[in-house]
Amino acid sequence: MSLVVENLTIDHGAIRAIDNVSFTVPSGQLAAVIGANGAGKTTLLRTLSGLKESKSGNATWNGNSILGKRAEDLARTGIMHVSDGKSVIAELSVKENLALAGLWRKDKKDVALATDEVVELFPILGQRMSQTAGSLSGGERQMLAIGRALIARPKLLLLDEPSLGLAPLIIEQIFQTIKALVNKTDLTVLLVEQNAMGALKIADEGIVLNLGTVVAVDSAQSLLNDPAVRAAYLGF
Amino acid sequence: MLTSLSSGAIYALMSIALVLVWRSTRVINFAQAGQAILTTYIGYEAVTRSGSYWVGLICAVISGALLGAGIDRFFMRPIFKRVNSGPIVMIAPVVATLALLGIIQAVIGFIWGLSYQIIEAPISTDGLNIFGSIIAFSPFNLMVLIAVTLSMILLTILFQKTNIGLALRASAYAPEIAKLSGIRVDAVRTLGWALAGAAGGLAGMLYIPGSNLYPNAMDVLLVFGFIAAVIGGLDSLFGAVAGAMILGFAVNFSASYISYKLVFPTAFLILILVLLIKPKGIFSSSKGRKD
Amino acid sequence: MLKGSATKKRLFGFIILGWILLLISDRIGELRQYQGAFVAMYTLAIASIILLTGYSGQLSLGHSALMAVGAYAGALSINNFKLHPVIALVIAVLIAGIFGLLLGYAAARLSGPYLAGTTLALAVSLPTIANQFPVLGGEQGLVFDIGTPPARFGEDFSQYQWFFWISCLSALIMIWFLVNLLSSRYGREFRALRDNPTAAQLAGLNIGRQKALAFSLSAGIAGLSGGLLVMLISGVSPSAFPLSLSFLLLAGAVVTGVYSLKGVIIGALVLVAIPEIAESVVSRIGGSEGFTTSLPGFMVSSLLILAVLFAPNGPGHLLHKKSTLNIKDNSREGNK
Repeated sequence: MSLVVENLTIDHGAIRAIDNVSFTVPSGQLAAVIGANGAGKTTLLRTLSGLKESKSGNATWNGNSILGKRAEDLARTGIMHVSDGKSVIAELSVKENLALAGLWRKDKKDVALATDEVVELFPILGQRMSQTAGSLSGGERQMLAIGRALIARPKLLLLDEPSLGLAPLIIEQIFQTIKALVNKTDLTVLLVEQNAMGALKIADEGIVLNLGTVVAVDSAQSLLNDPAVRAAYLGF
Repeated sequence: MLTSLSSGAIYALMSIALVLVWRSTRVINFAQAGQAILTTYIGYEAVTRSGSYWVGLICAVISGALLGAGIDRFFMRPIFKRVNSGPIVMIAPVVATLALLGIIQAVIGFIWGLSYQIIEAPISTDGLNIFGSIIAFSPFNLMVLIAVTLSMILLTILFQKTNIGLALRASAYAPEIAKLSGIRVDAVRTLGWALAGAAGGLAGMLYIPGSNLYPNAMDVLLVFGFIAAVIGGLDSLFGAVAGAMILGFAVNFSASYISYKLVFPTAFLILILVLLIKPKGIFSSSKGRKD
Repeated sequence: MLKGSATKKRLFGFIILGWILLLISDRIGELRQYQGAFVAMYTLAIASIILLTGYSGQLSLGHSALMAVGAYAGALSINNFKLHPVIALVIAVLIAGIFGLLLGYAAARLSGPYLAGTTLALAVSLPTIANQFPVLGGEQGLVFDIGTPPARFGEDFSQYQWFFWISCLSALIMIWFLVNLLSSRYGREFRALRDNPTAAQLAGLNIGRQKALAFSLSAGIAGLSGGLLVMLISGVSPSAFPLSLSFLLLAGAVVTGVYSLKGVIIGALVLVAIPEIAESVVSRIGGSEGFTTSLPGFMVSSLLILAVLFAPNGPGHLLHKKSTLNIKDNSREGNK
């Protein structure tokens, strides 16, 4: 059960956003994709989750190709994408937002169970159940977005810049939560981040993207120690 | 003034239909008038063959739903797929629904001809006798009001309290997030069109008994339905109904006290006023969605 | 500023076209002269749509109303103010243009479906005003008499040929003016308005004013075509300007390519040809009254759908190969 990306090429309009990218994320691991703005990270996630078409190449999860499929179908097979911009629906309540991920699931008991687990994980959501998602703070919305994804009992979690716009304390909290999840369950996570340091610290593996190409793939620890990576992305 | 309630109620059905499609597909379905009148003709056939208005009503509503679903699935979706680049993207859906309206009305002309037909109301359309004086409100008007109120209650329950309703709302507000949550947005959208089509069918069967049945009979309703929807705010079902009521009153007022010939210009003026002062509609939420 | 050779060539081309039309008009029968006049009139009307929708990106379903404004203004000028018919046509343009300017300012804040629906409401409501005010002649309408051809053209010069001359001349002048306008900076500004209003605004363009200007010009041209229309039917009444006329014009514009003036005459020809084709179809296969009356509408609507599906940017684009990168417009994904 791993995510295997081979020679993936994606165009965004007239621009080649991802050029011949290959990497593997073994099951149960947390891989961080880091790189500067415009490196193509978001485009990569959007293609893996079915929102965007690729030009060429392969991507398989659990041996099955995930390219060219509809996003909603991929979501139902356990691939959850938490997109950036705090992907919650502002007009709906917290409770309704959470319910979205379980709408199609037949096992309503498990949906209720999963919802309780998510509320345990993020207690603040439990306090704000009937408020509209638009009234939540940035950190709370991020928790809601992740919580919603978890209710679907995902196997592969694609996270797009969860730390964007959040206070350092909240970022820390969220990163620790993700790390704990990966450790406790067989969840596989592909974490796209501009916050390279924070991401690499919790990751098992790191993938460095620059202008759409893979510049380095290595264990997170090695990347943290790599002087070139440090200079370019970690600021020291 | 009471007849305003009844006419307002019918406008409400049309504007609900427009708002339903707008929220799910971001398209003003000008063909709505065509769908509604076609399903009314189907209802008319059912009435003629069965001798019962109610059979016709049920037929109209069901065929409205099927027609609406069919149009989304087999007409609008291919159009969106094919037309996805170039400046035509902005106007293609509008032009497509207009063309569809034309085709539907022409086909009606082919099949049924252009002469006026009648659908008899199931109950009296004479004014009620209240305490000895006749008011301009008939049992049929009352029936219209009840039917529309019931529909609105049903729709509201559907949207606010059911899972399907949640899926409808989510797909309308944020289709991408809905997709990523595993919601089959396309199917949900088709459902929205089916509901809109059913509303249109109901509107037709409630409107025509007071008037005549001919291919262009519901064009007026389209205009009024649109104006009502804009007044109320295109994103709000409640606004659609409220806007329709306001419009109904304004139209009847101008017809009675100013001149019945100026009904359209009055409606148009209201439209312009609302667009200039509160373009998002009177009842839109502060987080009004961008067009 | 490519003044000089391009503009001169254009002027020359129009003059040649004018001469050709003049020569043709002597050889064709009265029916064709009459139809030719209609073609010229529709050419103007479609051109006004192309200007507004194709170039400045504003979709209007209200052009039947704008034509009506010009028509009534012209009729009143002749009947009530005893002005010369040519002056009447000029007035038609001006009045319609002013009306369009006001409308344009009001509509400047509207976009897409709001604008479409509003102009639709306008198309439906404006003609009914004629019923309210007696000076506008009510349902019967007013007479519009352009007068008989001058005696010096001789006996053989029919009324229809006169119609043909006036229509074609007006159309030629107007279109020449329009073509020049669109290849000047105004044309570029309109297109900027259509393609990327935010960028245009940042570049210093006053969006509201430009939109209103486009509306005004479009209305003026429509007003002229309205005046020509009522000249051809010798009278103006509300029923001459139904909503279906607006739709017809839009269809004509889209079918020939709404983004360029290049094929505009073809659109006009299509509009005039369809009733004829419909007639011959009916005479061949027969049909009820309903069939006969509805057939032209059916043909126009089907043509429009086919155009949207297969040649949305105009048939000219069918001839170009799509560019090498198959560019999917991803910005629509958020809307689906």
